[in-house]
Amino acid sequence: MKNQQIMLGNEAIARGAYEAGVKLSSAYPGTPSTEISEYLSKYDEVYTEWAPNEKVACEVAIGASISGVRSLACMKHVGLNVASDPLYTFSYTGVGGGSVIVVADDPGLASSQNEQDTRMIARSAHVPVLEPSDSAEAKELVKLGYEISEKYDTPVILRTTTKLAHSQSAVELCERKEVADKAYERDASKYVMMPASAIGRHKAVEAREIRLAADAATLPVNKMEIKDKKIGFITCGIAYQYVKEVCPEASVLKFGLVNPISKELVTSFCEKVETVYVFEELEPVLEEQIRAWGFDVKGKELFTKQGEYSANLLRRVLYGKDESVFEKADSPARPPILCPGCPHRSVFSVLKKLKIHASGDIGCYTLGAVAPLSVIDTTICMGASISGLHGMEKGKGKEFIKNWVAVIGDSTFLHTGVNSLINMVYNKSTATVMILDNRTTGMTGHQEHAATGKTLKGEDTYAIDLAALCRAIGVPRVIEVNAFDVQTLEKAVKESVAGDVLTVIIAKAPCVLLKGQKFPSSCEVNADACKACGACLKIGCPAITKGADGKMQIDSTMCNGCGLCTNYCKFNAIETVVKEA
Amino acid sequence: MTKNIMIVGVGGQGTLLTSRIIGRAALAAGLDVKISEVHGMAQRGGSVVTFVRFGESVYEPVVEEGQADVVIAFERLEAQRYAHFLKKDGVLIVNDCRIDPMTVVIGAKAYPENIIECLKKEHAVYTLDGRGIALELKNAKVLNSAVLGFAARFIGFDEALWLETVESTVPQKTVAINREAFLRGYALAGK
Repeated sequence: MKNQQIMLGNEAIARGAYEAGVKLSSAYPGTPSTEISEYLSKYDEVYTEWAPNEKVACEVAIGASISGVRSLACMKHVGLNVASDPLYTFSYTGVGGGSVIVVADDPGLASSQNEQDTRMIARSAHVPVLEPSDSAEAKELVKLGYEISEKYDTPVILRTTTKLAHSQSAVELCERKEVADKAYERDASKYVMMPASAIGRHKAVEAREIRLAADAATLPVNKMEIKDKKIGFITCGIAYQYVKEVCPEASVLKFGLVNPISKELVTSFCEKVETVYVFEELEPVLEEQIRAWGFDVKGKELFTKQGEYSANLLRRVLYGKDESVFEKADSPARPPILCPGCPHRSVFSVLKKLKIHASGDIGCYTLGAVAPLSVIDTTICMGASISGLHGMEKGKGKEFIKNWVAVIGDSTFLHTGVNSLINMVYNKSTATVMILDNRTTGMTGHQEHAATGKTLKGEDTYAIDLAALCRAIGVPRVIEVNAFDVQTLEKAVKESVAGDVLTVIIAKAPCVLLKGQKFPSSCEVNADACKACGACLKIGCPAITKGADGKMQIDSTMCNGCGLCTNYCKFNAIETVVKEA
Repeated sequence: MTKNIMIVGVGGQGTLLTSRIIGRAALAAGLDVKISEVHGMAQRGGSVVTFVRFGESVYEPVVEEGQADVVIAFERLEAQRYAHFLKKDGVLIVNDCRIDPMTVVIGAKAYPENIIECLKKEHAVYTLDGRGIALELKNAKVLNSAVLGFAARFIGFDEALWLETVESTVPQKTVAINREAFLRGYALAGK
């Protein structure tokens, strides 16, 4: 094949959007969807941006579509919850220029707070869903998504999962097809969703879905392979690969269009094949429809609704054993941890010392929940740290939150935290909110946001001043402090939780993984002075370990010289030294 | 016949780039390839696993228990954790270093003793000191190229193909030092 490249699923999606002539993309980072926007931003022909949250991203894509150009919005599964308000009504209005919304599910919870299945939301919103099973298909399905979107006047969801998004396989590159902008057509009955017009659009939605379901029988991305008529699988997405791996001779009905599914194809397949398994990750979305049509299939009574599937999982169900040869060793777990030199660790060390509970949020700092820091008590969703703490105060009284703070990152604060803070101001909160400002969206791999001064394309832009924003919405007390200045931080937290004035403490220091930083020094333990008390271990820095002699040692290749540990050594046994060049 | 390679280590050790280089080498050799990566939370100092599968036609992107031809472990405890992914006559490459997980640092668990000796009872184990090579070259970040160079002997493909792939995959500024680290690892395995 010419022009063949090996590509990450997410890169292939970006390539597909590029080739489809997409003009605009808006997104908020979220594993496993983030890289789509990063790859797409490299194409000059496409306007790409980071939005503060997924609702905004979806609405930007809607606006672009109504104006007559092809648009894209990308998000992770929980991001679709934030964007579901515009999505449900976008389904009613339909499109001008074609519009695809990429939603990446995370079965197995590689980096998420739940395992929801986007196909369920899409069904209730009556939005067609395409699901690829490798990178090449991902690229083609994005392009098909725009054709379906424009032909059936509907937004289309491209659903991926972690394994698809983050695995690489061969893709053949094609040229970009420039699509002429459609003329904007003013049409209140289509784009002004008030009751009178929405009643009409609801009818259009239903008619379109019936039409698409009928046409799905001949859609080439729905593939029926009849081989062994004794055993067959109805499947979609990455699960298809496991079926091919384990049962290459079985008959397979693979849906590329997973909503709506073709009843005609299901009927034809079930009539030809004796025993039919429905093999789909997460919820029994295909299975329940197939059963409702009266077909006797096997599914979730055999295959779990939890986690990622695998070929071995299928082998165990079909043959009672998998391919494993050796016993699994009982190894100590290695959970993810904050990096050496992470400013969050400094903040958490102070909260731990003061025995403060933290209402947490979504980001690297969620790792403050694990030992030995163990200061985060709750994590629900983006922004909930602030609103959750407010609920505690108003529900149980202000005395209850005298040893609580809310902890939220800079990017998450701008995502939805600011709404929660407005609620605190408005409803007379006395809480303490800490914004851990590390100048980036850290967990997802360092994306710019509205307070970093750079756009997704790398251009300079206005950087929102978080302190000024908090003051502008009426927060009476805003304190900015260097996250590594533990004395000042401690004083600020103590005073703030004891007082009755709503306070925002902005703890500032850049993420250690941000590019362009230099770390000229590292910390060293003076073995003569070290009393082996282990106090420095309590900050949970991976560079510090206990040596064979019981004394502490610091790995100079891991240490970034942040010096946090020096604050917690009573014997002054840790010193900061300049690294050798 | 599909070849299954598994790369395991601690987030931040450069295992992701290693799997990409192996995948690209296989692609350059004209094979069908799938690579499975880990992004997001697990990358932050956690146990990290990536897979590379190549052959005539590859379906699933992951290597499962009992299937790995080669497991490349960047750390001893991670070697122990994933050795059961090896097939009966698979090869285990271990970068012989110890990084204590937080469960060990805080004293909740003990770091297992004699990992290599125990693994040798069941598997073909080859060890190297990748960190030593990286320190010789005064750049801790080229650890992964040293380990890859060592492992390359057990994966196949010729030296020129490997070097070409390393050079075209690593960041431009670091080509020379990564090439050197690769060659030192490669030479070590040849002995």
